[in-house]
Amino acid sequence: MSSILAILFDGVVYSSWLFMMAAGLTLIYGVMRILNIAHGSLYALGAYAAATIAGAWLAAGYAPVGSYAMLALAAVLVGVVVGPLVERGLLRRMYGQDEVVLLLVTYAAFLMLEDAIKLVWGVESKLLTEPYSLPGNFHIGALAYPRYNLVLITVAIVTGLALAWALYRTRQGKLLLAVIHDREISAAMGINVTRVYLVTFTLGSMLAGLGGALTAPTIAVSPGIGVEVIVLSFAVVVVGGLGSLGGAALGALLVGVVRSFAVRYWPEAELFTIYGVMALVLIARPKGLFSAPEARKI
Amino acid sequence: MNPVLVATGLDKSFGAVTAAADITLSFERATVVSLIGANGAGKTTFLNMVTGYLKPDRGSIRFEGRELTGHTPREITGLGIGRSFQIPQLFHSLSVRENLLVAEGIAHATHVEAETDAVLARFDLASYGGQPAGLLPEGVRKLLDVAMALVAKPKVLLLDEPTSGVAADEKFGIMDLVMGAVRGQGVTVLFVEHDMDIVARYAARVVAFYDGRVIADGEPARVLGAADVRRYVIGEETHAAT
Amino acid sequence: MRGDRTVPVLAVASAALLALAPAAPQWLVFLLALALSKGLVVLGLVLLMRTGLVSFGQGLYFGLGAYSAALLANRAGLADAGLMIVAGTACAAAVAGVLGLLLARYREIFFAMLSLAFSMILYGGLVKSSALGSTDGFNLHAKEFGGMALAAGLERRVFYAGSVVAVFVTGLIVHRYLSSHWGRLSAAIRDNELRVEYLGASVYRVVYVNYVAAGALAGMGGAFAALAVGHVDPETAYWTTSGEFVFIAILGGTGSVLAPFLSTAIFEAVRTIANQYAPNVWQMTLGIAMLAIIMFLPRGLWSLVARGRRSA
Repeated sequence: MSSILAILFDGVVYSSWLFMMAAGLTLIYGVMRILNIAHGSLYALGAYAAATIAGAWLAAGYAPVGSYAMLALAAVLVGVVVGPLVERGLLRRMYGQDEVVLLLVTYAAFLMLEDAIKLVWGVESKLLTEPYSLPGNFHIGALAYPRYNLVLITVAIVTGLALAWALYRTRQGKLLLAVIHDREISAAMGINVTRVYLVTFTLGSMLAGLGGALTAPTIAVSPGIGVEVIVLSFAVVVVGGLGSLGGAALGALLVGVVRSFAVRYWPEAELFTIYGVMALVLIARPKGLFSAPEARKI
Repeated sequence: MNPVLVATGLDKSFGAVTAAADITLSFERATVVSLIGANGAGKTTFLNMVTGYLKPDRGSIRFEGRELTGHTPREITGLGIGRSFQIPQLFHSLSVRENLLVAEGIAHATHVEAETDAVLARFDLASYGGQPAGLLPEGVRKLLDVAMALVAKPKVLLLDEPTSGVAADEKFGIMDLVMGAVRGQGVTVLFVEHDMDIVARYAARVVAFYDGRVIADGEPARVLGAADVRRYVIGEETHAAT
Repeated sequence: MRGDRTVPVLAVASAALLALAPAAPQWLVFLLALALSKGLVVLGLVLLMRTGLVSFGQGLYFGLGAYSAALLANRAGLADAGLMIVAGTACAAAVAGVLGLLLARYREIFFAMLSLAFSMILYGGLVKSSALGSTDGFNLHAKEFGGMALAAGLERRVFYAGSVVAVFVTGLIVHRYLSSHWGRLSAAIRDNELRVEYLGASVYRVVYVNYVAAGALAGMGGAFAALAVGHVDPETAYWTTSGEFVFIAILGGTGSVLAPFLSTAIFEAVRTIANQYAPNVWQMTLGIAMLAIIMFLPRGLWSLVARGRRSA
């Protein structure tokens, strides 16, 4: 029984991480109709920025607890600096083009950012283990788990709730929902769609950066960590339905838990189960679990 | 009196919007019928249901005795029903000629090139042959749209607003070409139209829609003169004494 | 087609490339062999793009072709290059035949990403398989070609010659296909699927056939690439490999069956130079080049060739 609990816990931890990535990706798609491959680079940038900033904080001898705030700071900085750079400098010139063309544009941005990271931080791994080991462990049965995982789960839940509140209860959020629903009519109603795009992309980038920043203490931060993340995030977003926040949460949970069972009982099939779930969901519901109805074309 | 197309008790709703309420119509071979009605009255929904793009909530549609509901547009085209569209559905990056070559190829024409040239001549499109379909004037696009629908030699031809968006002085020209192409072939033509002059000139029978229902059905003079048709479709109030 | 010189150019180019086989320097033979192998994959992509679809997962078939060819030699002991190529192509075609049934229902981003997902499944399987060498992969050696024993030192040249012949034949076939009703129908599907259905044709069937053809071509390319390099590893199925194929397809454009091979050759040449002098900015260079093409030459480099020809 405790092994099932352990598997479920692992699954929820992984789901939390997936949700952080999927939430930003699905929001950006919902509002801007762009599937942002560069999301992976922003994740990597968040991890690198966290390693640098939190690392500097700890090296300077300040209170280790403050390193968590530094992680958050890193995420915000990444989102606020790189997000508008990509949106304004690049994407804004390409709006109105085919979705697949935009996909390729974000792919190009991803390639450029990957090498930019190498130029700034070099190719050696960066380690930032203190925030991870600081809270110590707790126990499920005989197994010891780092309490840091609880931090991850908590942040994911809080982020999800905060996003939902912001979207459905604030005026700014409702503007976003309007643009998600219909860009042209929103613009005709006087909504500054250009600004909504900028805000959305920045917010999405911050979320990706936060995902990276929170992951940094658990891995060796090195070039290429952003690569696999994108494909996984995409699978979650597709399962949940492009543009749906609730779908991202549900998709993350589904994929995370299924993967956790696979890792325990059939490790070779880890990726197979993740994409297998995606394929199965798409067969049953071609647009994902929560998808918008489509208007008639003729 | 063997009707080629029979719709019985068609219902279709989209949430609170009733697009079709108990539509029952029957069409004979080789007749020309005009479907009129205000925007949203249910005319295009009717065409969409006949061609399989939409499935009616209730009711049946029979073509030469065969049930059409539940079939796809591809299957229904194969049975012998052709259709043109309100917004012409063309292959915009292909030339006019290539558009027709595609249609001829799909219809398994024995001499694809020769048949295409014949169609271009019949519809007065030869001079546009090499131009990309996406860059043509609207009247030409409409003609191409209809020409493509006729390639498969359908027994029933549905035209959705064949002259809308076309300059006023070109409308009759387009209808002349289209009607000329089907003359003598026993084709049943149903055309949706807003221009009552066109309706009066080409239709042998008029069916008026309003709010998802058929409110009048018969000879053009009678239907176009009926009081509720004048009010709900044509938009003229009849006054007691003028 | 008025003035269509594709076939003569293809013939002349193939003859010229073939003439290089016996005496050209080793590095050139290698570069060209790799360019031709990858060019086959891109040819398949061009076929799909003509239909309006971009596959981000051709790495699946490239990897399948490479590994099945290699396994035939190493595990089954059938080190005949001819058999290996057939095996690679057939294996890829078979998998495409199954996956195509599902994928032919999807379009746009869903098609792109689903195809990516399937390639990542293969990648994951290969990486976790210690029997197949995991991330290192393994080497392969072919000793015969179609039953004929190969003289030591000449193998790569023979494989190269084989790839030239393969490119000539497939280029011819694809060119005929694209000029036929099926090719026109594919372009029509790209423009307006609904109308194609309303004219009475099955869009699903055409997309399926094109997808399987593209998979088979990628498998063939994978087998040739494995022979040219003498090594296979999971990187062949990684999504960045698929991304490179897409880049090359855009670089060349879909205007001609010659374009994929031209653009692959340019790509491989530039990559070789970049790896020598500036390996840490290779991706950035790729990204900038991709943007430049999307913005200024959306029809790819081939549009320059076509433009020049039209004004002549």
